[in-house]
Amino acid sequence: MRQLDFRTPRIGIDSVEHEAKLLRLWETSPGLKGFLTSVDHKEIGIRYIITAFVFLALGGIEALVMRLQLAGPNLSLLTPEQYNQLFSTHGMTMIFLYAAPILSGFSNYLWPLVLGSRDMAFPRLNALSYWIYLAAGLFLYAGFLTGNGPNDGWFNYVPYALRDYNPGMNQDFYALGMVLLGISTTVGAANFIVTAFKTRAPGMSINRMPILVWGTLTASIANILVVPAVSLAFLLLWMDRQFGTHFFDPAGGGQPLLWQHLFWIFGHPWVYAIVLPAMGMVSDGLPVFCRRPLVGYSLVAVSTVATMIFGFGVWVHHMFATGLPGLGLSFFSAASIAITIPSAVAVFAWLSTVWLGRPVRTTAFLFFASMIVLFVIGGVSGFMTASVPVDWQLTDTYFVVAHIHYVLIGINVFPVVGAMYFWFPKMTGRLLDERLGRWNFWTMFVGFNVAFLPMHITGLLGMPRRVYTYNDYGGWAALNMLTSIGSFIFALGVLLFFINVVKSLKSGARAGKNPWDAPTLEWATSSPPPPYNFAVIPTVGSRHPLWEDRLGEEGIVSSTDRGMLLDQGKETIGTTALDAEPEMIMEMAEDSFAPLSLAAGLSVLFVGLLVRNWMVVGAGAAVVFISLVMWMWPRRDLREREAAHV
Amino acid sequence: MSEVAVAEPKNLPVGPVDGNGIGLWGVGTLIVTEAALFAYLLFSYFYTGATAPVGWLLDPAPDLTLALPAIVLLLVSSVVAWIAERGIINGRPAQALAGFAVAFVMGVGFLCLQWLDWRSKGFGIGSSSYGSLYFVTTGFDVAHVIAGLAVLAALFLWTALGYFSPRRRVAVAAGILYWHFAVVVCLFVFATFYVTPYLGFGR
Repeated sequence: MRQLDFRTPRIGIDSVEHEAKLLRLWETSPGLKGFLTSVDHKEIGIRYIITAFVFLALGGIEALVMRLQLAGPNLSLLTPEQYNQLFSTHGMTMIFLYAAPILSGFSNYLWPLVLGSRDMAFPRLNALSYWIYLAAGLFLYAGFLTGNGPNDGWFNYVPYALRDYNPGMNQDFYALGMVLLGISTTVGAANFIVTAFKTRAPGMSINRMPILVWGTLTASIANILVVPAVSLAFLLLWMDRQFGTHFFDPAGGGQPLLWQHLFWIFGHPWVYAIVLPAMGMVSDGLPVFCRRPLVGYSLVAVSTVATMIFGFGVWVHHMFATGLPGLGLSFFSAASIAITIPSAVAVFAWLSTVWLGRPVRTTAFLFFASMIVLFVIGGVSGFMTASVPVDWQLTDTYFVVAHIHYVLIGINVFPVVGAMYFWFPKMTGRLLDERLGRWNFWTMFVGFNVAFLPMHITGLLGMPRRVYTYNDYGGWAALNMLTSIGSFIFALGVLLFFINVVKSLKSGARAGKNPWDAPTLEWATSSPPPPYNFAVIPTVGSRHPLWEDRLGEEGIVSSTDRGMLLDQGKETIGTTALDAEPEMIMEMAEDSFAPLSLAAGLSVLFVGLLVRNWMVVGAGAAVVFISLVMWMWPRRDLREREAAHV
Repeated sequence: MSEVAVAEPKNLPVGPVDGNGIGLWGVGTLIVTEAALFAYLLFSYFYTGATAPVGWLLDPAPDLTLALPAIVLLLVSSVVAWIAERGIINGRPAQALAGFAVAFVMGVGFLCLQWLDWRSKGFGIGSSSYGSLYFVTTGFDVAHVIAGLAVLAALFLWTALGYFSPRRRVAVAAGILYWHFAVVVCLFVFATFYVTPYLGFGR
């Protein structure tokens, strides 16, 4: 018999029977099977966050070892080769294995909740993106732990990275690991794009999306456009090393600058991809503690997108010193200076929100507000190096190192820790300790500035980056000692944060649905949320569904307790891209082994490529193929095909 | 006081109906990212060529006797695949099966011609940066056609199993979209390596 192709969703209110029914439909099975097959975005998001924090700790330990080596002149704790691998692995870890995945973790966890949906658009793809991220992280660290870590800096310039100058397996681990990681980033980004456009709660037109969604959506669109550049660059590098091609090798007519172009066409938009979602978290979190809506929502949303558009056109500012034609430099310099305008819009919006609001100084507020300060410092040093003559003086000095750390720690780590204080109660049902939180914040803030503010002067005094030791001719010793002391204070602050998380998981104060009295949809469901997120699909009437009673805006009021029940299967609502009008009932995928087996097959394939064993490559490819066929096989429960003929 | 909004939509499609599902959006993002990949490959070619000394082009007048029929064959296969999709839309599975099969054979024909063309080149992947760019870019091209062939084979099988109807056919819509994309990519690669030398690039 033909099943129904069309249905009018039943409207109702929540009930005990209804919740029990949804729970049966949505709950992940217990035990190991559930762990390996789960496609629940909350489970995947938390895995992302934990894994990324583990990499943050590893990258931090690497940094501390380097700071011991650099604490005074002419120290010999590390050999030059060990130092090379440490600073390169530190960069790789923080930029690729921490900064982006942590934001993917928050977005994975939060998106369906803030969008009033029951899961991401492609639940299995979500699981795949996590498993490949984990596999790529293990792959890259397998290199490091066997003495084959990256050793030419995170941006890995040729010809140093070519075989003649770098005969070990270091670059092969790095190149293949990065291609593997690129797959994870790409499928994750594709999932965010479709989720943002197709699964928002009815009424959440595009001008009502939380800024976090704007940030991650913008970053995701950038990712699917620029990640292929770096994946290609690393693939070509690997081929130059292993198969005698000549993409980057001048002796064979290759072009070394091609590496820099491909890398930075990716690299600069990537910098925005790892800060825009974090800026979005501040734009959503800070107003809650100022007890008023964000000032200039539309301007902030538009400037998020504008930053990214400018961001595509500034990559050559990483190459000012490579001897490119002057006209080209002028263009990229102008674009790099102009990009400060949309960034400044966000800064003034946050400042106005604090100014016009009634700030409640929680730990989360301190982290969010301090980010404004750090962003301005990092932004100004970036603005300085956007000028070609200034850059020629400062390139490859510690000034640039100070800049990148203000940007990445200031606009990624501080907002992320703030976001943990803000959303931890939603994830676990318990609040982080506020008293320990103050110690946590002030230790991190003071330590960070003691470490990195003097580093600007170290750079102005001419100390080059990436040297394993130095003589004290230039008066660098005291500044370096200060930086080393600061970095240990900062690390202590991060340790206090981890301690707070572990302690509060067990004994934190219970959080209700909405401990901060916040306005967005994730706070309308219990903490932690049930597997199906919302018993009824909410309908959204404004940007602040839970603050409508007090904002006194006339208009349509959101509904969170009455709406579509959607309990005929594992279902959520699909809506139109701009206005979020209901368009279809989406059948969501059940838990599945396919993402794990596909990721495992890919990992085997990449190990085979690394050791150049074609049998292993073939075995991995076979697993990949079988997993893909199983995954793509049209399924009746997802209504991808007709019922089989009898 | 304001009125409480509750979306009460009537008669919504359940799952992907009429080839309109989020799976198609997913394939759309795949195509965007792969198009970007090819843009970077072609950028690498033009950038390396533009900054190289005269004589870089190993094949200043590429032979079209194999390449031109190959690309024409592929373009026609796109039309055949479209006819196959019309067969599903109009409820004529026989037309669809024939179309998928013919498009598949034409794709295999392209691969054979490409193989012969590779064999006929007087240079190899390690000869110079031109050789590397030529073989790696056309190799990516071939890999995409092979992936497309796997998709066509799957669509043939699933059609033979009676999975699709005019109403439930999102896999066909997505798969054929991917085939069109693979063909368009080959056209760009063909234009770059076989046409631009005649227009003066790199000579």
